[in-house]
Amino acid sequence: MKANAPSRRGFLRGTGFVAMGLATGGTIIFAPDYTWALSTTAIDAHTAQTLLVVARQLFPHDRLGDQYYAVIVDAVDKQAGGDPAVRKLLADGVARLDAARGIPWLQLSNGARNAVLKSMEGSEFFTTLRSATINNLYTNPLVYRFFGYEGSSVEHGGYINRGFDDIGWLPSS
Amino acid sequence: MAKTFELKDDSVVVVIGSGAGGGTLSNELAQRGINVVCLEAGPRLTLADIVNDNGTMFSRLSWLDKRIGSGDLNSTLPLWVCKTVGGTTVHWAGASLRFQEHEFRIRTTYGDIAGANLLDWPLTLQDLEPFYTRAEDKMGVTGTHDIPRLPGNNNFKVMAAGAKRVGYTQVHTGNMAINSQPRDDRPACHQIGFCMSGCAIGAKWSTLYTEIPKAEATGRFEIRPNSMVVKINHDDKGKATGVVYADQNGALHEQKARVVCVAGNSVETPRLLLNSESSKFPNGLANSSGQVGRNYLRHMTGTVYAIMPGRVNFDRGTQMAGIIKDESRHDPSRGFAGGYEIETLPGFGLAGVATNTIPGAWGAEYAKVIEMYDHFAGMWLVGEDLPQAGNGVTLHATEKDQHGMPVPVVHFKDHANDLAMRNHAYKAGTAIYQSLGATQVFELPPFPNTHNMGTCRQSQKPQDGVCNKYGQTHDIANLFISDGSQFTSGGAENPTLTIVALAIRQAEYLASQLSKNEM
Repeated sequence: MKANAPSRRGFLRGTGFVAMGLATGGTIIFAPDYTWALSTTAIDAHTAQTLLVVARQLFPHDRLGDQYYAVIVDAVDKQAGGDPAVRKLLADGVARLDAARGIPWLQLSNGARNAVLKSMEGSEFFTTLRSATINNLYTNPLVYRFFGYEGSSVEHGGYINRGFDDIGWLPSS
Repeated sequence: MAKTFELKDDSVVVVIGSGAGGGTLSNELAQRGINVVCLEAGPRLTLADIVNDNGTMFSRLSWLDKRIGSGDLNSTLPLWVCKTVGGTTVHWAGASLRFQEHEFRIRTTYGDIAGANLLDWPLTLQDLEPFYTRAEDKMGVTGTHDIPRLPGNNNFKVMAAGAKRVGYTQVHTGNMAINSQPRDDRPACHQIGFCMSGCAIGAKWSTLYTEIPKAEATGRFEIRPNSMVVKINHDDKGKATGVVYADQNGALHEQKARVVCVAGNSVETPRLLLNSESSKFPNGLANSSGQVGRNYLRHMTGTVYAIMPGRVNFDRGTQMAGIIKDESRHDPSRGFAGGYEIETLPGFGLAGVATNTIPGAWGAEYAKVIEMYDHFAGMWLVGEDLPQAGNGVTLHATEKDQHGMPVPVVHFKDHANDLAMRNHAYKAGTAIYQSLGATQVFELPPFPNTHNMGTCRQSQKPQDGVCNKYGQTHDIANLFISDGSQFTSGGAENPTLTIVALAIRQAEYLASQLSKNEM
């Protein structure tokens, strides 16, 4: 990230995140406890923040911290940086979310957020975000262990001596 | 040892494709003293390129050039096959089953089924048996030639326990072309999982590291990777004379040939014949019957996943070493012709399970399903689908690929028989898991096809199909179909063993014809 003059710094209402806008149009979002940060270049703070919460709303796992969902925002930001059509798709999608109930989507109740997302299920914005979430959340080796998925095994010699047949609960008849 | 041949050398047999059909045929010919040039569209990888990551290997191995699916197929990825040296034998799961006797005679056995285009094969199980035996020996198939079966993993143990409860009796870890003990200079399976991402230790048979290097060792074989064949040329007499291919940089070359054998899998094979149209053959090569590209078979498939009462870790170990054979018989009392196999199938990582378990699903309830990942068990249902004249491969009227070749359009609609069989199979799979107290069961729709057959079928009469019982085209004596495209019917069984057996048989026939100077 280049040293750009901050144009705006503020607490994003309703989420606990702190965002710092950059003059380039990008943004930095800090976790409430400043343990991680996400910088974007193509999408602004509100879009980034909304997309992060959309990703969690699509596949909400209490066991996962927001930093794993931030990876999704990072990925779509990079796509948007290389493709103005993606940038527009994301910005327009967030605008539609915000327009649905006359209150910014982030400030809606959980049930209302879901209802608005549901109403957009067939849209390109929705399917793009859903695929991006699956492909960037569940392919992250750091999240595997939260689900009992064990990832690559060849470097450990496979499971021949590590429990390929260790099931213990099956009935005997 | 690996030899190179000149482009103008018209004494070579050209084999197009290096998978189960093309790779095997190439080696079998080279072993019989015949010079072979094998043109493979994809790159040549080594075992070091094979990693335990579904996404990485999908991108590295798959045929991702544009194909358009229609009907019941995925529109953007109708097929899941490979573009790499070794073809789809790098990806395949290793299940190696013989067809049943009646599956070579479906028109006789099933009768005339409305909407289907049934035909008996011009060969019988008895004709193919000696070649099945040789194929099993070549591939090291467990449960044959005194090769022990593989040990069962957790996912198999769940399926077997459920099978017993519902009364199935033909249950074991299958006939797998995966070493259960060291054989053919390849190690025994380490129960790594990820079989379908490529076997990183080479315990699973693939032409990439068996047939291809063995053919090279004869000094009579050249493999040219990154060589996409776009056209087969012929002379005034209608004899094949060579093939035009694009190299890695897109430059076109013509390799002369004495004989041309096409083994590009069931989409690329008819696509190439259709694209080789000429004033002499305006409907494409070997297509006087109009059957090139028709009768496309993909098997009736479906998947059942279940959340079990305890941990399974279904990714651990050999992915498809588990089978229930009781439903593979032909028994019309079930409401459909033909039969199906029930085979173990794990997930394809977290992303695979999230994508496939309920396509399109999202939200808190679905997130909880994914959180049960290590309790998942899974099975694949695979059975015979019926040939239909309208299912097949055509060339797109305007869209072209990077080589200027028309994009293939692959059309498939389920026959009512396929739907009845899938419905029966879903119920059978669900009952197996429910008998063990599964808390949730999911019926997944078919994945993009890995089994592809029938688009240039064998037939007794030239008007019914494209090639004879040796895969030799009815129209052009020195042009052969050497892959699953030549299947007259699909059987309930995974097709690779039959492709390999047919390739060995074709090599024997072709070598004999060449020695008699009849090509």
